[in-house]
Amino acid sequence: MSGLIPSGLNRRLVVAALAGSAADLAGLGLIASAAWLITRAAEQPPLAALSVAIVGVRAFATSRGVFRYAERLAGHDVALRAQAATRERLYEALIPSGPLSHRGADLLSRMVDDTDAVQDLLVRCLLPAIAALVTGAAAVVIALFLLPAAAFALLAGLVIAGVLLPLGTAAASRRWSARLAPARADLAARVADLVHGSADLAAYGAKGEALAAGMSADDRLAALERGQSRVSATALLTGVLTQGLTVVAIVWICQATGTGSVATAVLALMSLVAFEPVLPLAAAGERLTGVLAALRRLTDLRSLPAAVTEPAVPAATPSGPLTIGVSNLVVRHGQARPALNGVSLTLTPGRRVAIVGPSGAGKSTLLSALMRTVDYESGNITINEVEARDLPSETVRHLMTGLTQDPYVFQASFKDNLRLAGPEASDEELAHAVQAAHLDTWADRTGWDTSLGEDGRTLSGGQLQRLALARAVLYNPPILLLDEPAEALDEQTAAALMADLLDATHGRTTLLITHRLRGLEAVDEILVLEDGQITQRGTHADLTTTDGYYRTLWQSEAMLHT
Amino acid sequence: MHRDLMRVLPRRHLAVCLGAAIVAGLLVLVQAELLAGVLSGRFAVGALLPLALVIGLRGALGWAQGVAAGRTASGVKSLLRHRLLSRFQDMSPAEHRSGELVTLTGRGLDALDPYLTGYLPSVAVAAVVPVAVLIRLFVADLATAIIVLLTLPLIPIFGALVGMTTKAVTERQWRALARLGGHFLDVVRGLPTLRAFGRARYQASVIRDVADQHRSATMRTLRVAFLSSLVLELVASLSLALVAVPVGLRLLSGSLDLSTALLVLLLAPEAYLPLRAMGTRFHAAMEGVTAADQAFALLGEERAGESGRLTAPEGVPEIRLESVTVRYPGREDAALTDVSLVIEAGERVALVGPSGAGKSTLLHLLLGFVTPSSGRVLVGGVDLADLDLDAWRRRLAFVPQRPHLFATSVADNIRLGSAASSDEIRTASAAAQAAEFVESLPEGYDTVLGERGANLSAGQRQRVALARAFCRPDAEVLLLDEPTARLDGRSESAVLDSTRHLAEGRTAVIVAHRPAMIDLADRVIRITDGAITEDHARPVGGLR
Repeated sequence: MSGLIPSGLNRRLVVAALAGSAADLAGLGLIASAAWLITRAAEQPPLAALSVAIVGVRAFATSRGVFRYAERLAGHDVALRAQAATRERLYEALIPSGPLSHRGADLLSRMVDDTDAVQDLLVRCLLPAIAALVTGAAAVVIALFLLPAAAFALLAGLVIAGVLLPLGTAAASRRWSARLAPARADLAARVADLVHGSADLAAYGAKGEALAAGMSADDRLAALERGQSRVSATALLTGVLTQGLTVVAIVWICQATGTGSVATAVLALMSLVAFEPVLPLAAAGERLTGVLAALRRLTDLRSLPAAVTEPAVPAATPSGPLTIGVSNLVVRHGQARPALNGVSLTLTPGRRVAIVGPSGAGKSTLLSALMRTVDYESGNITINEVEARDLPSETVRHLMTGLTQDPYVFQASFKDNLRLAGPEASDEELAHAVQAAHLDTWADRTGWDTSLGEDGRTLSGGQLQRLALARAVLYNPPILLLDEPAEALDEQTAAALMADLLDATHGRTTLLITHRLRGLEAVDEILVLEDGQITQRGTHADLTTTDGYYRTLWQSEAMLHT
Repeated sequence: MHRDLMRVLPRRHLAVCLGAAIVAGLLVLVQAELLAGVLSGRFAVGALLPLALVIGLRGALGWAQGVAAGRTASGVKSLLRHRLLSRFQDMSPAEHRSGELVTLTGRGLDALDPYLTGYLPSVAVAAVVPVAVLIRLFVADLATAIIVLLTLPLIPIFGALVGMTTKAVTERQWRALARLGGHFLDVVRGLPTLRAFGRARYQASVIRDVADQHRSATMRTLRVAFLSSLVLELVASLSLALVAVPVGLRLLSGSLDLSTALLVLLLAPEAYLPLRAMGTRFHAAMEGVTAADQAFALLGEERAGESGRLTAPEGVPEIRLESVTVRYPGREDAALTDVSLVIEAGERVALVGPSGAGKSTLLHLLLGFVTPSSGRVLVGGVDLADLDLDAWRRRLAFVPQRPHLFATSVADNIRLGSAASSDEIRTASAAAQAAEFVESLPEGYDTVLGERGANLSAGQRQRVALARAFCRPDAEVLLLDEPTARLDGRSESAVLDSTRHLAEGRTAVIVAHRPAMIDLADRVIRITDGAITEDHARPVGGLR
């Protein structure tokens, strides 16, 4: 757990804990001195005997508010720092890991929420627990001086309310959340189905059934929530009883031992107030379960294995015109059969090679292997005879990169979105890249400083790909990798994009992945990848005259374009 | 108080919840009375027994309050969820409010919990208990009562005053916090892109800088905002000092008895406590109010027109559009403008044209998802507006552009809305070229699909949706929206064969992009900018 709190925070955390404890101690002092003042005054001593208590009452009353203010400021400062540090470290841990995208948008947002857990742990669990401990201990020590038997009663009460009860609520909450989480997920899935699938449900007359399924998921969740509220209510009941009965017991002990009225009143009222910082710990115990689960998820994420093994001693970075050699490459995702099974190809300087094949054949996996975002099981990838594995993955990506699958648009201006591929680029270079991607008309009309908003909603699928192409052109790697996506684009947009891709890559060493064949007569070699293996290779002219996948696809496309 | 929400609260549970909270609050007075009596020696030790009973009763009431509050909250959430979901099913699927609705119906309504279980009871207690404490104090000791009476209003006044001055700033800060989370999420989502351009490490320092800036801005605000809690804390604790010191001095002079003095000391804080408790719950409660506002705003929207009662004549119908114009709310241009069209029974029509031209709107019109703003749609001579839509849709088979797959088994996804047997499901999926991949799934047709069919590829999802259409062999009208858009060449030709087979003897309206799909049709209609710009029989030998 110590690893969760960044090192620089310890001092600030101590300040927050001290201020919080001081505020609660002041509250304890206020009631104890007031009780002493009143009961002692009733014995009608000289006024001077009361003066210390009067000063005490006023001092405690003033300082409580000030300490509380200091605690809240210090606590929030610590919390914000902890959250920032958690996020930064999580991000750094994610850099070498594999793709997270398959985990889904919801999981990713939950991960961001999870980074708040450290904040919760500190401000809502740890700091209150420290303040409660200090205050409880102080009350017990004072009681020891007044009447040891009463001190033991108080200690027992405080342990029940401050230790056993929170342990109980934490355990109960663990049990309930194990049942609540799947019920919540089930309801969420039903609601998503009802809403996103409403057209399908209406068209097929299945609304009633789906609604009934949703409501029964809701009933199951509601029953569990009612059960959970019974747990919280029982914890509340136990807390109130422990506090009240402890005070009753202390008064009874005082009466039975013939303790004087001053000590009795001080003991009784002080005990009553000593429970105030302790009772909320039951709720903190309930919260702790969620916080710990979130921290566990973060730890799991941090310990994700790196996607590729980095070399212990990196080889020298190859220079000059680069030749890429791939031979007998085998890549496997998990236990499944290989995504790439013995692929070989050579990419010499200035040549353009295209890879075609049905979706799922392994085209994007090949690109990932070349960019060192997945490891290969056997075979070789060489860059001028240097094995890619022996180079740091960042160096490999410096040499070959480009338009990857699912390019991302950041919530930033168009210019900043482009500039990430060339932080030092001049305005002319930016303009040139945008022109090469045929995005200049759009950019001039929409404006370079337009914010592209959440998920790049202001961009159409075609424009998004062009932005990614402009990035690739701006980055200008020695070897350009282009993964042209077909799924998101309609026929005309895809055809136009393909033409522009071919146009922008003239004379560059390029590996192009595509689903469309038009224009491929311009590339030097075409490889057909099916089921992880290269089934055909040659030029466009070769392949259109040979039976196979390429010819079939060409004929089907030809119908549209002849 | 949220008026719409109050109307739907389960009265009995709410009454128990608020009643228990108030009675428990009032019992604090009795508890103080007994404790002061015992401590001052006015009551014998025996009074500890009733004191213990009062404490037990308070605990029991607190338990009852918690349980009733839980019942109130879950009852209200279920009710609102049900209303929202059934309301949504009545709305046209063409209206897009889906993201908001999913969030609201799912976790959004949970924001009502703090409002119902925390804030409402605290308001009830704050309305009753301080008054009762004041009355008791007036009876016990006039001077103390006046001090409390004068300082008590300071709490709401200062609370509101400081709240007003810092509200805007605080809200801005909370929004900035949400933006900060958004920025982090944005960077994490874009990590593959950053990695591709060697910017991943650099971005870590950006995350740190943005967080640092945000923290210093937030702390500047909080220094002011937390002044409110400082003032409230000071009012409450200084009032106790204001009460205790004079009481002590009067005890010294013998003008006050110990029992009253202790009672006053115990009761005075209880006057402030409920108001402060209400204050601390206010912020969380306001999120609940926002959720309730959203829910009632959605529920209050105008309902779609009632479905008619008539049924179209038996047999494959002729479909006729008479000068139909369709406008979507909030859009300036009409989606379809003055479209007239007759589709004969059994005719196979391909709709072509650029995306956004109105092809899908035409299908949605036939499905009754959208209603014409002028003109009418006749099915077998009966106006679609007068038809029983559910009965009409039972005669259709529809494959949308982006079919939704439900988080149930593959079989249930194919069977959707019908009682097809497992043999019929197998036949349908074979016809849709889906059988092979379905059977290779771990549990075949019983495999439960992930959220929105997450474990299938786009082409596979499309084929499951096609199987749905094949599972309705009695459908008279086939409506297909780019059924092969996401298939590769080989699966496309297989699906085409099945579609040709499916369209035999039925009316078919097919939105098509690919030439092979257009080849299926007897007639090709081109739609451009919401109007029919070409309408001709398919030339023999395919479209050029």
